[in-house]
Amino acid sequence: MTHSEDKIKKVSIICAKGNIEDVYASLVLANGARMEGIEAAIFFTFFGLDAISKKRLKKLHTATVGNPSLRMPGGLPFPSLLGMIPGVEAGVSAMMKRQMEKLDIPPVDEFLEMFKAAGGKLYACKLAMDMFKLEKEDLYEGVDEVLTVGDFYQRSAGAQIIFT
Amino acid sequence: MPQKTYAGTTVDVDGNGYLTDFGQWTREIALEIAREEEIPELGDKHWQVIEYLQKNHKEGVPLSIRKVGKSGVVSIQELYDLFPGGPLKKATRIAGIPKPASCV
Repeated sequence: MTHSEDKIKKVSIICAKGNIEDVYASLVLANGARMEGIEAAIFFTFFGLDAISKKRLKKLHTATVGNPSLRMPGGLPFPSLLGMIPGVEAGVSAMMKRQMEKLDIPPVDEFLEMFKAAGGKLYACKLAMDMFKLEKEDLYEGVDEVLTVGDFYQRSAGAQIIFT
Repeated sequence: MPQKTYAGTTVDVDGNGYLTDFGQWTREIALEIAREEEIPELGDKHWQVIEYLQKNHKEGVPLSIRKVGKSGVVSIQELYDLFPGGPLKKATRIAGIPKPASCV
């Protein structure tokens, strides 16, 4: 049993990648924190912004080219040459999504909703927004604020910062 | 098997304080566990959630916050308001059923 002084009270999760597996890592960590009564926020930056971009969030993919961890069903390595064929990336990503739904893991929009309903905070990185020429209106409505890195550090006072 | 006494009855609990035998559960025990979890009273909505959780446990349906939120009994926000700081953990403990092994 952990002593109460060791209990984590707050986490600040940085989501910097737009691959479906990286986005889900951030979401599960953040939502899981709320389920344990831990204050949680996610800061989306660079390609992580795809996860909160209205146009992109339902279309997140996993890499099928140059992804050394990707396997065929059965266990053999997934050949990048196969992954380059048009439609394969979308197909493999759709398979991953179906697997997750079977395990009761929600799609990204529902997951963000659940996280917000649980009292979580969603932030977008100003630098990345400027780079990708995005406005707040292009983002999921539940995003709380657009922050600079300095703002992010201030909001993360007392928090454990996790980079995914 | 560790034991605890609630409302004058001794019950078997696991290392985290969850009842190991649902047959030993009573509403009075639930109220005392709730107070331990810093929830001073259980209102109608609390009992609705508790009954929903117990029903699903009896039917062997795995529980998750997502499921509870979609059940129509409470919304996720209400669930967090009713059982602050670990809603599913607290609600299942109060309901006398095991902690769910869910990550959502």
